[in-house]
Parts: sequence; structure tokens; C-alpha cells
Amino acid sequence: MASYIGSATSRVDGRAKVTGEAKYAGEFNVSGLVHGYVVDSPIPKGRIVRIDTSGALGVAGVIDVLTHSNRPTMADKDDAYKDEVAPEKGSPYRPLYDDRIQFTGQPVALVLAEDWETARVAASLVKIEYQKEPHVTDLQAERARAYAIDVPEKPRGDAEKAFASAAISHAAEYSIPTEHHNPMELFASTAIWENGQLTVYDKTQGVQNVQQYLCKVFKLQPNAVRVMSPYMGGGFGAGLRPQYQVVLAVLGANALKRPVRVVLTRAQMYALGYRPASIERLALGASSDGLLESMQHEAIAVTSQFEEFARNDTGWGNLLYKSPNAKFGHKLVKLDLPTSSDMRAPGAATGVYALECAMDELAIALKTDPVQLRLQCYSDRHQGEDLPYTSKQLRECYRQGAEAFGWDKRNAEPRSMRDGSELVGWGMASGVWEALQVPATVRIVLTANGHAEVATAASDIGTGTYTIMAQVAADMLGLPIDNISVKLGDSTLPQCPVEGGSWIASSVCNAIANTARAVRGDLLELAKATKDSPLAGAGVDDVALIDGKIVSKQDAGRAVPIASAMQSGKAERITREEINQPSEDKSHARNVHSAIFAEVKVDEEIGIIRVMRVVKAVAAGRILNPKTAHSQVMGGVVWGIGMALHEETLYDHRFGRVMNANIAEYHVPVNADIHDIKVIFVDEPDEMVNPLGIKGLGEIGIVGVAAAIANAVYHATGKRVRDLPITLDKVIEFV
Amino acid sequence: MIPFQYTRASDVADAIKQIAADPSAKFIAGGTNLLDLIKYDVATPTRLIDISRLPLGNVEETANGGVLIGALVPNTDLAYHPLIEARYPLLSRSILAGASQQLRNMASTGGNLVQRTRCFYFYDATTPCNKREPGSGCSAIDGINRINAILGTSQSCIATHPSDMCVALAVLEAIVHVTGPAGARTIALADFHRLPDNTPQIDTNLEPDEIITAIELPAKGFSTNYSYLKIRDRLSYAFALVSVAAALELDGDTIKEARVALGGVAHKPWRSPAAEVVLRGQRADASTFANAADILLRGARGFGHNDFKIGLARRAIVRTLSQAARGTPQSISDKKIR
Repeated sequence: MASYIGSATSRVDGRAKVTGEAKYAGEFNVSGLVHGYVVDSPIPKGRIVRIDTSGALGVAGVIDVLTHSNRPTMADKDDAYKDEVAPEKGSPYRPLYDDRIQFTGQPVALVLAEDWETARVAASLVKIEYQKEPHVTDLQAERARAYAIDVPEKPRGDAEKAFASAAISHAAEYSIPTEHHNPMELFASTAIWENGQLTVYDKTQGVQNVQQYLCKVFKLQPNAVRVMSPYMGGGFGAGLRPQYQVVLAVLGANALKRPVRVVLTRAQMYALGYRPASIERLALGASSDGLLESMQHEAIAVTSQFEEFARNDTGWGNLLYKSPNAKFGHKLVKLDLPTSSDMRAPGAATGVYALECAMDELAIALKTDPVQLRLQCYSDRHQGEDLPYTSKQLRECYRQGAEAFGWDKRNAEPRSMRDGSELVGWGMASGVWEALQVPATVRIVLTANGHAEVATAASDIGTGTYTIMAQVAADMLGLPIDNISVKLGDSTLPQCPVEGGSWIASSVCNAIANTARAVRGDLLELAKATKDSPLAGAGVDDVALIDGKIVSKQDAGRAVPIASAMQSGKAERITREEINQPSEDKSHARNVHSAIFAEVKVDEEIGIIRVMRVVKAVAAGRILNPKTAHSQVMGGVVWGIGMALHEETLYDHRFGRVMNANIAEYHVPVNADIHDIKVIFVDEPDEMVNPLGIKGLGEIGIVGVAAAIANAVYHATGKRVRDLPITLDKVIEFV
Repeated sequence: MIPFQYTRASDVADAIKQIAADPSAKFIAGGTNLLDLIKYDVATPTRLIDISRLPLGNVEETANGGVLIGALVPNTDLAYHPLIEARYPLLSRSILAGASQQLRNMASTGGNLVQRTRCFYFYDATTPCNKREPGSGCSAIDGINRINAILGTSQSCIATHPSDMCVALAVLEAIVHVTGPAGARTIALADFHRLPDNTPQIDTNLEPDEIITAIELPAKGFSTNYSYLKIRDRLSYAFALVSVAAALELDGDTIKEARVALGGVAHKPWRSPAAEVVLRGQRADASTFANAADILLRGARGFGHNDFKIGLARRAIVRTLSQAARGTPQSISDKKIR
């Protein structure tokens, strides 16, 4: 039997998704369902002075209007609101808690009605009087107030001195605007009380995170609350923390003793988390022969007034390049906005963008090919920790990516390549992310008819978790993939953290391996108990499960069918549950890497940019499923194109409001913006990172893409745009 | 959003009667703009009169060689209608440059004319806006105004008309057929949309109790030398930063007849007779086109974020006229600017 691991397996949930059989959080219907519609604050800061709900309550079909003054009880300590991935410092936002307004779009009332349209109509009749207070929402205007926070990367040498004395240097500031996740599925929660049990269908990347949060916020016993999220229409980090609609749905259900569903509008989703706007200052100094002597990276990013969210923007250079002197810093500006949050490759998408543009500018100053500069500065050790890598095939990424792209045909001179009225530009960049693992538990129930159920509380946020788990389980149990059913997204299933950071594939698949080994041990015992067992004397690691049989690794002729072993042992089912405990070994750095090559064509007069080709070569350990992996990386590349050219949340700082809070005016790439995308997976065997050699793929897809495009735009036009997105008016000065 | 009643009009006379009887009612056909406006609390009609079933769905040739388009012809059907594709390809291209396939399937020809203007503040009911609430002030002038107008603006409003189709209709000098209590009349497309002046709340010269029944295209279709170029912040499914519809009649290298209109830059499709005068009788070359662009953009003024649109429009005008003169109109599917 061929191995499922490594084969391009179609999604096992594909049919359910395209036929509509797969249900999402806002689609679970129960009789007596009440619909909630959120009234949100038009102002960013102040107090609620008065709420008049009489108009709304007068609408036929309206059951109640919940506000901070009449809501059911909730916890009154910060601790209760701190979820598994909440920032360490600060006081988490409490939905509908009191009269304070902390950001525009904050929920201030929940209208509960017999149908959604009625609730929506009534919501517009809720009259609220506010007392406004002065607010700040502009990072650039407030940057002087930025305060430093600790960064993991420690300084070494004297970076300033080395920069000042470097033969060739480059220093510049790069900026990335606020971006929002904009998953297709709207945030939604359905809360149902039944026989003293609360079931919540929620759009979340972590059912157990939400379950524990709800238990604390509403002082409920853990066994009384079940949170389900079987499918998710896009997460990207937006669903890592419990979002406010889940609290409102439970408040509604508690108040009415009826099932309540709350679905946010697209506009309301702009008051959830976001990728914080950041200003990234890079200073690189090199010797005349192109070796880095100094590397400085400081980021200034945004958080809310009430929590301190920050991700590592600045340490990435330590993973890529040798430099004897280095210094990193991170500052935060507190603004009257919701707390910023994780969004695909948090910290790296922004930090590596700036780093890799700066490396391009340094290469130009050195008159060195940008790939060559990266190879000259290439580091085989994590510079900050001075550790070797479990594996790092980045050199091979550069080589294979450059070859597939045809990089050797590049004329280094800006504006030197053209195609009719269009300037052609070729740019490249590196990408890097962490190969993370978290403790995760998987349960396998093997039944005598040769079927297995594989379960953990992870969510499949659209990445293909159901599929890769089925593949790995099929291989480990020696069963056809159709005999495997995977259960996810239910807080009552075995423990699993939120799905994020690209850690789920490695964590749950290694847990499957552990559990499957336990199942194999049980089967072996049963097999050994059969009369004249051909496996007598074998240990659990002397046998494998292949084609429905327990087979000796030494002699494939010695085998016992799983079915007979179970039958003779009168075992109807074997149930095992094992955890995958990530290795404590700190002797190696664990990372994924990539090289990105991009071609743009820019209309010389009008400045329209078209990204014609992107090659992304990725070294991410074992690729479980080339098909879903390809889709995931391609999606990251598309997002990188959007980050480079399109995405920007536009605030009017006078009002402290997002002005383009819809996907007509918040631009993400559409089909016309996307041309040829080639994804290469570089072979990277790695038995040290974890037993299955899996590193994870979710984040690496986007990292470095925007830099490659920005560098290509420079190469095409001779115009360096450091302030994303690169719109046509930044490329061409129209006079 | 407020609750509304829903009724159907049985014929044009009934539609007029119903709307005349209820000043807070609105006609609805495709609803591609009105429903958004209702959801955003920008429009608050207490009654929707559904006109989508009225028999206004034909495209037919007129006695004088033109074409009469029923007001309810869906945008998609119009763009792909053989008569339009063959004789008015500029109109077809402009429609296909707009919105998305799904919206074009729903949107009607008459509705396209009366879609409301585009401005972030008009669509955000929490901010001051003279168009929504006359006298409350214009938030866009000192606000986020990348998408706003550079021509024909007033102190009270800098919104833009979002239509692509109307830019082509302006060039084709379409005639809007309307019917009201006083009977039928026609309005030249140039007079249909208004500039904001001090009454930005009124987008068009269509009376509240009138209904559009048809759009008439004169015989001249400029099917040889034309182009519609739409410049936007992504390559499809976005409104125009600047769009240009150009139509020429050439005698060798000499321009016999010329028409140019701009979209995305004003409260209405923007044309300037003087700009077309300097094209007529001249050589069809870049310097002639640049002269026309200068005149067309006379008086243009930016408000900060949209300053670049003046220079962008100048280049786009020259480019579109060049495409038209060469007989190589801008492709809708291939986004390379020719």
C-alpha cells in the first residue's frame, strides 16, 4: 500500500464544503432560536450617558435589548477574561460590561428578536447618548509617545559604532498600515441551553480556549459548557481569541433562557483584532566586500490603551544573516482602538518585509546581486542564540527558486528591462518562520470492522487539518483513508490548543503517531495471544500496521490481520489517547525558510503594477500533502501580493473610525491581480525537529512576498516605495 | 435599517401614481445600490415599489438609426447584446469594466443612471455629510478623499458618480426617456446628472415622481475608433480612480469628430465641449491629445489624497485617445494598458 503521507490527497471535507453539508457557526438551527443584532459605538472614547431602548422594544418581534445596565451577571475580574492567547499585560476588553467606550465599533447593546431582520431594524432605533472624550488613533502622530518593551533578541557588539564605521551602509524607515483579516465567514456564535448544558457553536480557532473563557466569564462548571467549531470559513488569526459575539450570544441565552445566535456584519468585524500598523527602522552596515557588520532593527507598532499586544517584528535578521554587531528594539503606541492581534505570520510579515527591502537596498549600494548578498551573509547558526538549526535548506531555496524563475537573466540596472509600454522588474526576498510545536492529545478508536475515528479538539481553519490527520492516521494504522474519520472542533474532544502559529500539523500528527503506536501495542498483544501467533516475541516497534495487518518488520510473511486479532481477543474496539509533548531540547533552532522571486510589470506612464510571476521555494521539513500545502502557500503568496499592493485599513483620525469597513473598499487581490504562482517544496528531511519531521506551513506562505514585490517594483521603475501599500501614485509622481 | 412596505407596480402609469402618492417611497429594480443604502441607514424609504416586472426590457432599433434600450435591461444583457457589441462597443466595454458579473446581472440600465454618488462619508451615517444631511458639513474635503472628485466640486460636496456605463453614455450623447405625472419627456445625458453646488443631496434632474423608461442612443456609435480605460487600485472589481471614454472619427490622421468623458473624477460624467473643439480638425497625435486633456482638466483641484488624480487623468486621457486613434481599444480581460 502506498503511503498517504506525502501524497497529493484531496480534502476529505471537500465534498461536505461544496455541497453545503458542512455547517458553520451561524448555521446551526434549533427551534425557538432568537437572533441578536449588535448596536456598536460610533465614537472611539467616552462614556455612555443614556440608552433609550423604548423604540426598539416597541418593534413587533423584539424580545429584549441587552445593555451594560441590564445584562445578566458576568465576572468582574480581569483574570476571567484572559484567554489562552491573551496578551500577558493589560486588562482584556469585557463585552457589554460597563458604560466605558474604549474603541469605535465596541458593542453597546444587543437587540434580541424573533428574526434577524427585525433585530436589525430595531437596532437602528436604540438611542444612545454619549459623553465623548479626546481620542488618539494615529500611529504617525503619536509615535513620540512610543514606549519600549522587551524583545527576545539581545544586542551583541556595538551596532551603532559598527554602523557608523561601515564602508557601505543603508538606513531607512518602512511602514505597513493596519490590515484586517477579512475572513469570508462572518463571525457568528449560537448559544443553546438545554438541560443545564450550554452548547455554543462558535467561529473560533480554539474551541477549548473559548470553552475555558466562557466558564470563567460566566462562572460555569467545565462539564456544563461545550464549544463546537467543526468548520471555519477562514481564520488567519482573527479567531484565536474569543471574540465578543460569543459573549453576547451567551448573555442573550442567559437572559432569555432561549437559544440565541449573534452574527456580526462585515463592518462590525473591523472592530475586532487587526494586524497593527507598524513603522520599521532598519540600519544595515557592511564591509566593502559585502559582509554585514551591523544590523539594527527597531519597530514601532500599535496596541490598545488597555492591553499590550506585541509580536516579534525585529529578530528575524538573526535567523538569516551573520552580523557581529546587532541591536533590536520594539516600541508600542497605545491608541484608542481594539487590541491588535495575530494575523498570518504576525511580526514576520511586517518585520521581514522591512528587513528584506533593506537588504535589497544594501545590495544595490554594494552593487551586488541580491541573492549573492544573501548567500554571502548566510548564517548556518541562529545568530542570537548561537545555535545550529535542526535543518535549514534555505540555500537550496535560493538555488531552486532562482533557477525556476530564471534569475540569471536579470539585468541588475533599474529600468533596464521592459516589455513595450511596461517596465519589467525582478525582485527577490527571503522568508522565515518558526517550526513550533505545542502539546496536543489525540484519541484513536479502532473498531473491529477496520474503521478508526481520530479525534482532537483542534480546529481546521481551512488549512486541511482533517485531511492530513486522515492521511497520517491511515498510514500509521495501515488502513485505507476512507476508513478513517477525523473529529475536530469540539471542546469535549482530547486537549488541543488554538490553531495558530503553524503548529497544528506537527503537533497533532506526532500525537497521532504516539497514539497509533499505543493502538499497535494493543493489537500486538491481541495478535500474540492467538494460537501459534507468527508475531510471538515481537515488541511494539518490531511490527507495523500495513494493509489491515499487523506485520513483522523483519519478515513481512509474519503477519496477523487486525480483524482476526481483535476477533480472537473479543475486542470490539481499541481506544487509546496519547499526548505529543514537544521536545525540551534547546540545543537547536527550529525554523522554516523560503526564497521568493517576483516579476512585476509597471506601466511607465500610468503606474499600474501587475505581478506577473511569483516563485516561492519553501523548505519546511516533511510536506504531508503537496496539494493542500501548495494551496496554503499559494494563498500566502496571494496575501503577500495584497499586502504589497492593496491592503490598507483607512482611518479618519478625526472620528477615530475605519472608513473602508467593507470588502468593496478594503482591497484584497482579485483574480485579475493574480497571474502565475509557482510553489516549490525543497526536500528537507529533519528527524530532529520532531519524529515525523513536520515543520508547519501556515505562516511561511506570506513571509517575504511583499518585500520581493517591492524590490521588483524598484527594479522596474527606479522608485523605492517603503510605505505599503504600493499604489500607483506612490510609484509615479503625477504632476 | 428601517422597515418598509413592498408593493409592485402593474404598469408605468401605476408606478408613477404610486410614487407620486408617497414621497418617502422609492422604486426598486435590481436593488444593487438601494439595498446597500438601506442597510447602511443612508436611504430610509418607507415603501419600495418594485418596477422590475414592468415591460421595459427590450433593446430595439429606432427609425433614425439609433437604439432604444429599455430601462430594465440588465447591464449584462446590454453589454452582450449583438446590436450594442457591434455598433456601440464603447458602451459594452464600459459596462463590463464596472462592478462584478453578479452585480451586472442584477443591475438595470435605468438603475445604473440613478445610483448614488461615491464617498466614504456619504456611506457612513455617523459622520457629517451634506448629501445625507444637508447643512451638516462635508467630512471628505479634509478627510480620506482619495476616491473623491477633482472637477466640478463645491464647498458642500466632493463625491463622485461611480458609474462606468454613464461615462460611455455621455460620449455617445444618450437621451434619457422619462415619464411622470405630466407625461413623457427626454433629458440629454449631459443634463441628467447634476453638480453638487449647494444641493448635493440632489444627484439628478429626474423628478422624484418620474420614472426612467428608456435610454436612447443616437445613430453615431464610433465603433471603429473608441476606447474605455479604467484606472483603479486593483485590476478588477474596484471603482475607478479615473476612467476615460474616448470616441473618434478619423479621416486618415485627421480627427473629424471627437468625444471624451471622464469617470471617477466628478459628481457626474465629465465632458468639456472646448476640449473636443481642440481635437477636431487636428492630427491625431499625443500633443493634440495633451491639449485636449489640459482643457478637459481646466479648473481641476485636489483635496490632498486625491491630488494625483489630476496628473493621472491627464495621462489617462492621452492614453485612451491614442488607443482610440490606433483602433486598439483597451481590453477588458487583459489588464495590460495598451
